Amino acid sequence: MTQAAVTTQSAPRVVLSARGLGKDFSGFTAVNDVNLDVEHARIHALIGPNGAGKTTVFNLLTKFLQPTRGQITLLDTDITNTKPDRVARMGLVRSFQISAVFPHLSVRENVKVALQRPAGLATQFWLPLSSLDRLDARADELINNLGLSQYRDHRAADLSYGRKRVLEIATTLALDPKVLLLDEPMAGMGQEDVQMVADIIRNVATERAVLMVEHNLSVVADICDHVTVLQRGEILAEGDYAQVSADPRVRTAYMGTDE
Amino acid sequence: MSAKSEPIPSEEISAHPQAATIRKVLVVVALIALLIAPQFLYPIFLMKLLCFALFASAFNLLLGYTGLLSFGHAAFFGGAAYFTAHAVKVWGWPPEMGILLGVVGAAALGLVIGAIAIRRQGIYFAMITLALAQMFYFFCLQAKFTHGEDGIQSVPRGELFGLINLQPTMNMYYFVAAVFVIGLLIIWRFVNSPFGMILKSIRENEQRAISLGYSVARYKLGAFVMSAALAGLAGGMKALVFQFATLTDVSWQMSGEVILMTLLGGIGTLAGPIFGAGLVVTLQNYLATSDFPVTIITGIVFMVCVLLFRRGLIGEFFASKLGRKLGFRSES
Repeated sequence: MTQAAVTTQSAPRVVLSARGLGKDFSGFTAVNDVNLDVEHARIHALIGPNGAGKTTVFNLLTKFLQPTRGQITLLDTDITNTKPDRVARMGLVRSFQISAVFPHLSVRENVKVALQRPAGLATQFWLPLSSLDRLDARADELINNLGLSQYRDHRAADLSYGRKRVLEIATTLALDPKVLLLDEPMAGMGQEDVQMVADIIRNVATERAVLMVEHNLSVVADICDHVTVLQRGEILAEGDYAQVSADPRVRTAYMGTDE
Repeated sequence: MSAKSEPIPSEEISAHPQAATIRKVLVVVALIALLIAPQFLYPIFLMKLLCFALFASAFNLLLGYTGLLSFGHAAFFGGAAYFTAHAVKVWGWPPEMGILLGVVGAAALGLVIGAIAIRRQGIYFAMITLALAQMFYFFCLQAKFTHGEDGIQSVPRGELFGLINLQPTMNMYYFVAAVFVIGLLIIWRFVNSPFGMILKSIRENEQRAISLGYSVARYKLGAFVMSAALAGLAGGMKALVFQFATLTDVSWQMSGEVILMTLLGGIGTLAGPIFGAGLVVTLQNYLATSDFPVTIITGIVFMVCVLLFRRGLIGEFFASKLGRKLGFRSES
């Protein structure tokens, strides 16, 4: 405990770390020897060309895939062999590349499903649905904060793509996670939505760590404190955006040119 | 032209303002029909119908509301029939305690079979439930207390709570009708509860539910056990109605029949399995005396329904313009 108290004093506090992380798919090495340190109150970007293994790293960190090698630590607890739902309950919550909403539930119901478990209202099969009414206020607050209030009673399936992504973030934030993993949160969004989501991410990162996969490099340059570049499943470079973007190997690998 | 200037029907049909009232009236009409039906129809037939309707409704809780296709529900239905029959006949338990034992026994069986099967999905899940239910079938064939091919015969109906003699047919009918309504109320509450909401979200997007911290397997197992328990309620009642418990009720054909009933009526609707069960039981009853094989007729009916009414009879009605105007919703 004393050690934890000391570490909160010193500036960077690592909340999620991976050591020597690797994953083989029947002989093919998708991810190899990845070391990552995600720090509290900072935005960490994971970038790299298509097929670099970014989403696989996400799946490994959130335990949707079991690593072949290496170790993962979340808040000083080894989670290498922990189940994904348990990892989520420990405070590591992810979003998905393909927007993950509950399509036939309303926007408000989507957020409320996330709120049900922390509120201890998930297993009662004898209570009426109205017992969930007390989650309305918190759900509406999250919906309002993310600018979705006018769509509150719409079915999630009827939302535009960008708003589905925002709804997904709202649902994720409902769990008040300590570490937030966002898989391409801005993919397929218009410029205005990108700006809005960037502001949202910057905002939520004041109280928690964020690790995001992102292709939009201007967003990465704009909001990310730390960048890790992956190529063919291995770490190519690391540092802040200026350092990484100046690295000639990164320019070759990521842009496909060396100009 | 002006006569034709009706608005183009949109995909979202808003419910008629009095839809809720109309639905309430329909429920009341159904309840009245339940009360007066034995005046017009053979009560034993009605009781059989109600037992199967409850069985199909319990099955639908799993298929329609959880998205799991079990091919072994006969184990819970027939197993409960044996437990109830044995408790009432050999141990001399009162009928309500006998049925309770059937429910608890079916739930315990459901816990074991479900815990093993839930680890796999889709066709593998169905095959595991079938395999385990077949194991239970052979257990029933060999075990002493089930009396093998003979079954447990001449089971006394006894006196409900020591007050009401269930031997007269009408007494038994109203008992069955009451249990049926209670069973449906339990299912309705289960589906429209905080737990039901999580089940719905798992059905909609399982990966997302996991990433929100829900241990999906436990919720599925909960639904499986509840479905097994209610199937047991139906099975225990059937044992008292017909006063015997046989191997037929634990056979794989029975598991197939309940799938047929549920699909015919429409999965994910409360009324669908009831109508489906009614249709199948009625066909079996009226064709039993003819020379034509029943299975061929039910097979043809099933094929026609699958081809023409993919959502099932009630499911199609709910999805129709009129159904949506009345505010009905199908969960499938």
